[in-house]
Amino acid sequence: MDAWASADRIASAVAAGRTSAATVVEAALERIAERDKALNAFTAVTRERARAKARAVDRALAEGKPAGPLAGVPFAVKNLFDIAGLPTLAGSKINRDRPPATADSPLIARLEAAGAVLVGALNMGEYAYDFTGENVHDGPSRNPHDTARMTGGSSGGSGAAVAGGLVPIALGSDTNGSIRVPASFCGIFGLKPTYGRLSRARTFPFVASLDHLGPLARSARDLALAYDAMQGPDPEDPICADRPADPTLPLIDLGTSGLRIAVASGYFKHDASPEVLAAVAHVAEALGASLEIEVPEAARARAAAFVITTSEGAALHLDRLRTRARDFDPTIRDRLLSGAMVPGPLVVKAQKFRRWYREQVLRLFESVDAILAPTTPFPAPRIGQQTMQLSGAEVPLRPNIGIFTQPISFIGLPVVVVPVPLEPLPIGVQIIAAPWREDIALRVAHALDQAKVAAARRPTE
Amino acid sequence: MGANEGESIDNLIEAAAAALALPIESQWKPGIKSNLQVTLRLAAMVAEFELPDEAEPAPVFEA
Repeated sequence: MDAWASADRIASAVAAGRTSAATVVEAALERIAERDKALNAFTAVTRERARAKARAVDRALAEGKPAGPLAGVPFAVKNLFDIAGLPTLAGSKINRDRPPATADSPLIARLEAAGAVLVGALNMGEYAYDFTGENVHDGPSRNPHDTARMTGGSSGGSGAAVAGGLVPIALGSDTNGSIRVPASFCGIFGLKPTYGRLSRARTFPFVASLDHLGPLARSARDLALAYDAMQGPDPEDPICADRPADPTLPLIDLGTSGLRIAVASGYFKHDASPEVLAAVAHVAEALGASLEIEVPEAARARAAAFVITTSEGAALHLDRLRTRARDFDPTIRDRLLSGAMVPGPLVVKAQKFRRWYREQVLRLFESVDAILAPTTPFPAPRIGQQTMQLSGAEVPLRPNIGIFTQPISFIGLPVVVVPVPLEPLPIGVQIIAAPWREDIALRVAHALDQAKVAAARRPTE
Repeated sequence: MGANEGESIDNLIEAAAAALALPIESQWKPGIKSNLQVTLRLAAMVAEFELPDEAEPAPVFEA
């Protein structure tokens, strides 16, 4: 099986007996051992566990039990997911002192129940407060399209592992863009589901108001496969919605006819580089989306997300800032310390604004089914780069990476990022849908994938 | 940002660090200050947006 094989293809081949889970997993482990030296995507490879699980999948098939939809599919998770037997690092030095997790995160358990095989934990920006994929403790994850460039973050290892052909599916987290930014920079598909859709139990948090989990993959169909296997209520996460799974895979081939698709105007057209705007226009043209729509007060929404993030992040880490401040990445430490000093009324106002903004944006979905917007204002910058040319001015790089993702996650809307395979670097476009309508975003993404307008381009090695 | 505003942020950092028992090393202060300046600028943008007194916050958000 080729390293670029989709999860869908692997699972079909394993189910049909054309290959075995053990063979697929062994090839993935070899591939990781060889290619991860350049990409630095993994912080732990769970070899023995993966081999044992693959044998169990093969044994079950030999006994005539039904193959799961992800039979034999290798996957890996951002290292803020609990993996039984490993400390949950969340990209930090401090968490290395935590006792090993006693059980897997439920999303890992649900993927494995569908036949998938966990092969390891992935690099990430410290405590997920990051858009670059750089990490002072583990080194930066590297972009498979140019290893001198950022993967984007904070799910940087997740982007590198999928785009580099190490695994077909990875899980990440997204508070302000941490799934969507690496998907854009690394040229792959990413799904940030509706807030409250996927259980966050047994994962290391960042901002309770805004944290989401989701999959990254090289096709929209693989996103749907993984997403469908992970949906459903979970009493362990009080935010996880008490609503049954809404399977998306059966709807993915419905196509886009009848869907009303608009392009976000105003805020989402300023401060984007020409190639990013061209990518959005290309996708819009392919979908026949000529309508433009203004997302009201998007700049203020981004500002409010920023304020809530820094304040809640600081509250989460306050004790660690008191006792172990020197063990943080200095950049993250300064950000969190400053977050602890934001006066309370400003944070409450941001939460009030959030409800107002949600009402305005939900109204847009009375007249459209999906909204297209850029994901990042530019393709992957160089690792270590500090500034960027944008709209003719030199601007600080890091705070600008998330300007187009933050106003969307702020109110928990589902988004699929599709990769537009530009040369030399790919770029992502957001397909934003109404709450609980992941099916629509995935349908549009799949149609673009089928039409080759969007594609996860294989990097040259 | 005027000199007074810069000074008031320095004072806020000192006071908040003392009130929250956060040990701050002096070489960290410029980084903390520049972050706090950005946050306060963005927070002001949100704070100036008029909402009625009855507006409910969304701390536990349900989409």
